[in-house]
Amino acid sequence: MTPTVVLPVIVGVLYAAGVYLLLDRSLTRVLLGFLLLGNATNLLLLSSGGAAGLAPILGYAEPEEMSDSLPQALVLTAIVITFGIAAFLLAIIYRSWRLVRQEVIEVDEEDRRIARRSDTDADDIDPDDLAPEDRPAMHADTFAADNEVERGLARQYAGMASDDVDLPPTRRRKR
Amino acid sequence: MIRVLTPLPVLLPLLGAAAALLVGGRHPRIQRTLSVLVLSAVLVVSVVLLMLADADGADAISVGGWPVPLGIVLVVDRLSALMLVVAATVALGVLVFAVGQGAADGDEETPISIFHPTFLVLIAGVANAFLAGDLFNLYVGFEILLTASYVLLTLGGSAPRIRAGITYIIVSLLSSILFLAAIGLVYAATGTVNMAQLALRLAELPEGTQLLLQSMLLIAFCIKAAVFPLSAWLPDSYPTAPAPVTAVFAGLLTKVGVYAIIRTQTLLFPGGALDDVLMWAALATMLIGILGAVAQTDIRRILSFTLVSHIGYMIFGISLASTAGLAGAVFYVVHHIAIQTTLFLVAGLIERQGGSTGVDRLGGLAKASPLLAVLYFVPAMNLAGIPPFSGFIGKFGLLDAGIADGGWLPLVLVGAGAVTSLLTLLAISRVWNRAFWRPRAQSPVGDTDAAAAADAGPELSAAPLEEPDGPDGAAGGSTAVRSSARRAAWQRHTAVATATTPATDGLGDGGSADRPLQPLPRVMVGSTAVMVAVTVALTALAGPLYGIADRAAEDLRDRGPYIDAVFGGEGRP
Repeated sequence: MTPTVVLPVIVGVLYAAGVYLLLDRSLTRVLLGFLLLGNATNLLLLSSGGAAGLAPILGYAEPEEMSDSLPQALVLTAIVITFGIAAFLLAIIYRSWRLVRQEVIEVDEEDRRIARRSDTDADDIDPDDLAPEDRPAMHADTFAADNEVERGLARQYAGMASDDVDLPPTRRRKR
Repeated sequence: MIRVLTPLPVLLPLLGAAAALLVGGRHPRIQRTLSVLVLSAVLVVSVVLLMLADADGADAISVGGWPVPLGIVLVVDRLSALMLVVAATVALGVLVFAVGQGAADGDEETPISIFHPTFLVLIAGVANAFLAGDLFNLYVGFEILLTASYVLLTLGGSAPRIRAGITYIIVSLLSSILFLAAIGLVYAATGTVNMAQLALRLAELPEGTQLLLQSMLLIAFCIKAAVFPLSAWLPDSYPTAPAPVTAVFAGLLTKVGVYAIIRTQTLLFPGGALDDVLMWAALATMLIGILGAVAQTDIRRILSFTLVSHIGYMIFGISLASTAGLAGAVFYVVHHIAIQTTLFLVAGLIERQGGSTGVDRLGGLAKASPLLAVLYFVPAMNLAGIPPFSGFIGKFGLLDAGIADGGWLPLVLVGAGAVTSLLTLLAISRVWNRAFWRPRAQSPVGDTDAAAAADAGPELSAAPLEEPDGPDGAAGGSTAVRSSARRAAWQRHTAVATATTPATDGLGDGGSADRPLQPLPRVMVGSTAVMVAVTVALTALAGPLYGIADRAAEDLRDRGPYIDAVFGGEGRP
């Protein structure tokens, strides 16, 4: 039973390639990197049992000639775990991709919102549809006292360049 | 007796998870009852295990009846039983909180049929990690709890959670692979993964090999425990998850890493080769973590940074490698699991009541909800280590052990520990002053916030007007109903529109500060109150608890009880 140099070299190469891929921003490459690292570790576990031998079955081989079965059991467990997590990672990557695609739609949503606002003329708004504080000062159903509203709005928008405190200043939110 | 009970903390949640998955979404009430019952049973079993282990010492069973060094061994000693009890307690509290939250929200927002089975699997993984008697079973326990945590962290699959989840998953994967590679090397060097046998065989290895194996294991565990150079993932990923999930993660997951570090440093490598390195890491973890907390303005992020910072105390206790230091570390782990979970639950309540967890958006909560104020104040003071509480007892024990050690580095750490405690007080009292104490009108709803509110629509921008006098000042009648309905619609709309910005950065929940105050759901408040009571009980029971921690530390230093328990009466091979 002579130790082989092939396995350690392969393990080293796989680790190097896996770490390189793991450092990428692209999620698919990260997944591939994780798979390489997982396989490298499985090989490492496998080679920790020493050189290969005969199947460890009593009566089939002498105990000295058998290969160590424990690392094989460990590797099987590790393969199953790697497999499950790789599947979960794939699902996450797919979800992330979908969300990124939806970001386009979402910008659309905001565009539509702004477009709708520019269409709206102040005269077209039914005051009854507005919150009490937003209604024109002399509207009949105004609940809050008008001067209170004025004070509140002035406080809220203090320091903003708007001479018409009845309407909130429209400004794009900083992203 | 103890042998019959030992596998139950792993088995019960796994079987419960299967049953809960079968019951599924069709019978949510049965599912909820089932998972609460299962965790209650786990708690009872754990308490019995702790009492037996404290009375009779450690014991072990070999699963499947294989002779000892060959099969899988589950070991109960004082430390693992104590950890089991605390874990089951906080898990039960968090589960009841989650049930309350789900009931209050109508079970629509989260895929609740997945939540309960996954939560039970998480607890099974935690219990398996605490009970594992061999390194590979410890790895399997880690993987069970991590896989469950991936699902819980990305629950609902919204953009911020996916973004945070990917960071968390990849960092965890890296640490798992490192751990697995270390197991492979350990097996290659010693021919066993049984921890009791390793304790005997590792000492025979050359020093360089020992150092390599020890540092690989420690790096893997330090990533999980969020020790400083390896802690950057935690404050990034925890705050976006739902409140109960963050609470149980903050309480349990990092402490499983700390538990593994304790085992590595005491059972496997008692030589103390890397104690100095750990001590420097503890110093950096404490100071840098707490400086991060002071700089934050979001309650959940503040709590995440204090979590990182206080891990430093436990690492300090472990790196002292004295009985007093280990006892302090064990007690501090118990205290910190309970306190950090409770605080994250309270943060969930604050978010519900105030509409945000950003302290710049909150105000007047003490007046609006005195009960919530008490629920925050008590554990917060406990976290900072104000004298009557268990936080003070734990910190005092650790600092005392540091002074008793006498070296210059432990003394530096004692000073740093005191500074960290004061800075923790600063961070959490700032939350208190801003969110609870000041009138709501004074909260600086900043320029961007006003713009965001204005951008979101006229309904939202009007709202802060009615805040100074609280919910009573809101206009009554049908108009108010209609306008509040429109406001809710706008909020849903803006929630969709801003879904890509993380809710924690202060922009995503623009305008939600005007949500009218609603009574908090009773179950949520009740479970949080019980958790606060548990943290207070830790203070009242500090004497017996510290006694258990002391005896656990003696066992850990001795190593004999653990090894003898595994090999039974057959003697060591």
